[in-house]
Amino acid sequence: MSEPSPPPNAIASVEHRLQAIETALAERGVKLAEAVEPAAQMAPETWLPQSGARVVAKAWTDAAFRQRLLANGMAGVAEMGIEMPPHHRHLVVLENTPNVHNLICCTLCSCTAYTVIGLPPDWYKDLEYRARVVRESRSVLKEMGLELAPDVELRVWDTTADTRYMVLPTQPPETQGWPLDKLAALVSQDAMIGAARL
Amino acid sequence: MDGIHDLGGKQGFGRVRHAPGAPAFHAAWEQRVAALYALAVRHGLFNMDEYRHAIERMEPRHYMAAGYFERTLTSLATLCVEKGVVTLGELERRASGRFPLALPSAPGRSNASHREHFKAGDRVLVRQDAVPGHTRLPAYIRGKQGVVVSESPAYPFPDAHAHGVAAKDEPTFDVRFHSADLWPDAVDAAFVHVGVFQSYLERVA
Repeated sequence: MSEPSPPPNAIASVEHRLQAIETALAERGVKLAEAVEPAAQMAPETWLPQSGARVVAKAWTDAAFRQRLLANGMAGVAEMGIEMPPHHRHLVVLENTPNVHNLICCTLCSCTAYTVIGLPPDWYKDLEYRARVVRESRSVLKEMGLELAPDVELRVWDTTADTRYMVLPTQPPETQGWPLDKLAALVSQDAMIGAARL
Repeated sequence: MDGIHDLGGKQGFGRVRHAPGAPAFHAAWEQRVAALYALAVRHGLFNMDEYRHAIERMEPRHYMAAGYFERTLTSLATLCVEKGVVTLGELERRASGRFPLALPSAPGRSNASHREHFKAGDRVLVRQDAVPGHTRLPAYIRGKQGVVVSESPAYPFPDAHAHGVAAKDEPTFDVRFHSADLWPDAVDAAFVHVGVFQSYLERVA
């Protein structure tokens, strides 16, 4: 038995719309269709916050690497085997200190250094964060569980060009001397966005 | 364009729906559309500025109601139709229903005729540009003054690159604004750093 047809003026489901464009491209010999499945499988397994977390742990434990990373973020993450897409030409690593806190956003769309800090979470892409973060920055952070003291300088970075950012959190003092993998496990995606301190 | 996408500083939005540990994708179709759009960019079907602009051109109610990946899907389909790869009629026939696309584009523009080179510490004014096409100048810094902190490598000029207009690549400057200079009436204390293209800036004497 076939499915009942939708009313002629109804908007097709997103799944049907996607299938329509995929099939249309495939029939024109645009060699995308066969690459979609592996690429779709790869994304959630490859672009993970664990990549950036390894970079942070290394920067905490290797002062020379930290300097190279702060001077040239793209070259720094490349040392750790992390690539960036061709249109990202610059990675700025923003160093938190006890008195300075950095927070990244993209008010115009949802740009991130996704190959480094992982694919952005829903809340980062939502209208609420994009609208409020530049103007109600401390209130937004407080609602998300991070209350900054008034004397902590807050720097909000709006990703309006193809330069990308990641936050280098401060290392919790009690973790001095820990091995790299244990340090990396502490570093959350929120901490590399600046929505949390460690 | 002064579109619905230009959200920075808009008031009236509720709490951020913070959900630590939530997955990046919630359905198989989201993964597929993200992959398909990335492959289309890699194959040169369209560039990132065209992609972003086709999202910005979505009818505002559609933009607001669509999730992130539906916006990706709409941009991808719009550009395929506009570039003559497929017709809307074919897409709707295959989808067995309506396929809402973005609205048509207005003309783009090339680099500003007079561009200055800035260095860290220079005080700059963001030009009062209000163009009908794509731009990466968020409205909340228009006409505002800030201080240059650093420079990024040259990028394609978005106002041209989204429209097939010839233009030179140009640097962007990291400009630091005091939040109270951006919104004197109601704001939390912070520095707001914005990557501003050279064409959008002039020097403050």
